[in-house]
Amino acid sequence: MSEAAVLHAEAEPQESPLTPESWGKLGMWLFLAGDAMSFGGLIVGYGILRHASNKWPVPKDVLGINLTAFMTFLLIVSSVWMVLALASIQENNKARFNKFLGLTILGGVLFLGCQAYEWTHLLGHRLPELGISFTNNLFATTFFILTGFHGMHVTGGVIYNTCVLVAVNRGRYEAKHVEIAGLYWHFVDLVWILIFTFVYLL
Amino acid sequence: MSSASHSASNYIKIFYILLVLTIVEVAIVYLGLPKMLLAALLIIFAVWKAALVAMHFMHLKFEKRTLALVAITPFVLCVFLILMLMPDIFPH
Repeated sequence: MSEAAVLHAEAEPQESPLTPESWGKLGMWLFLAGDAMSFGGLIVGYGILRHASNKWPVPKDVLGINLTAFMTFLLIVSSVWMVLALASIQENNKARFNKFLGLTILGGVLFLGCQAYEWTHLLGHRLPELGISFTNNLFATTFFILTGFHGMHVTGGVIYNTCVLVAVNRGRYEAKHVEIAGLYWHFVDLVWILIFTFVYLL
Repeated sequence: MSSASHSASNYIKIFYILLVLTIVEVAIVYLGLPKMLLAALLIIFAVWKAALVAMHFMHLKFEKRTLALVAITPFVLCVFLILMLMPDIFPH
């Protein structure tokens, strides 16, 4: 009996202060750290190009920040809905979970709609008025690369969250999977907070 | 299961702080402050908001040290990136 207990204890993975509670969570964090470096490289590159340029328009005057402030609001609200969705599924309240994750996805889709409108307006009216295009002007190039890279992440997040919503309702995913999807979604929100400041406000 | 202990009211509080910080950010842009002061304030607010999201929504405050180490790595590397590019940013 005691021998079996010893054997069982040996079969258990070793705990250390560094062992995470969940390997899936650690995996997502490692991915996000790499992703953060992609964004970090782009933002640092943006800063250097802007610093080195003689003429750089005041972003607020070209881009307008009211719509973007609303987009920031959308992503923050969407993040809050995501944490509420996680809290709901941890309490086994599936109806509430469906409502909040649905709202999270809706927030992401609305964000993308606003961005599509913004890009269309900039490319079709605002930039031609100023005589610049995204191929001949660093301000425009860096703007579209940064917001575009982020927009791709939002698109990926909307697809990811939709898959999670379906998988939970089919009984394949549980709270821990929702938490990992949440990490990605909050990261996208976090990066937008930085882009909003560096690209639009500064 | 430890993360289940956060109540929804906690998240709502963070939401209001983020909302107020965003409104303040947009407002000070219209104030016409000196450029350096404005930049410093905006960066402080942005880092503050990003930290709130990471600490509370991403539960970093309640996680083991491993994840905090993973999370801090890209920021350290970005500081290195800026330092290494200094000679190009400020020639002479």
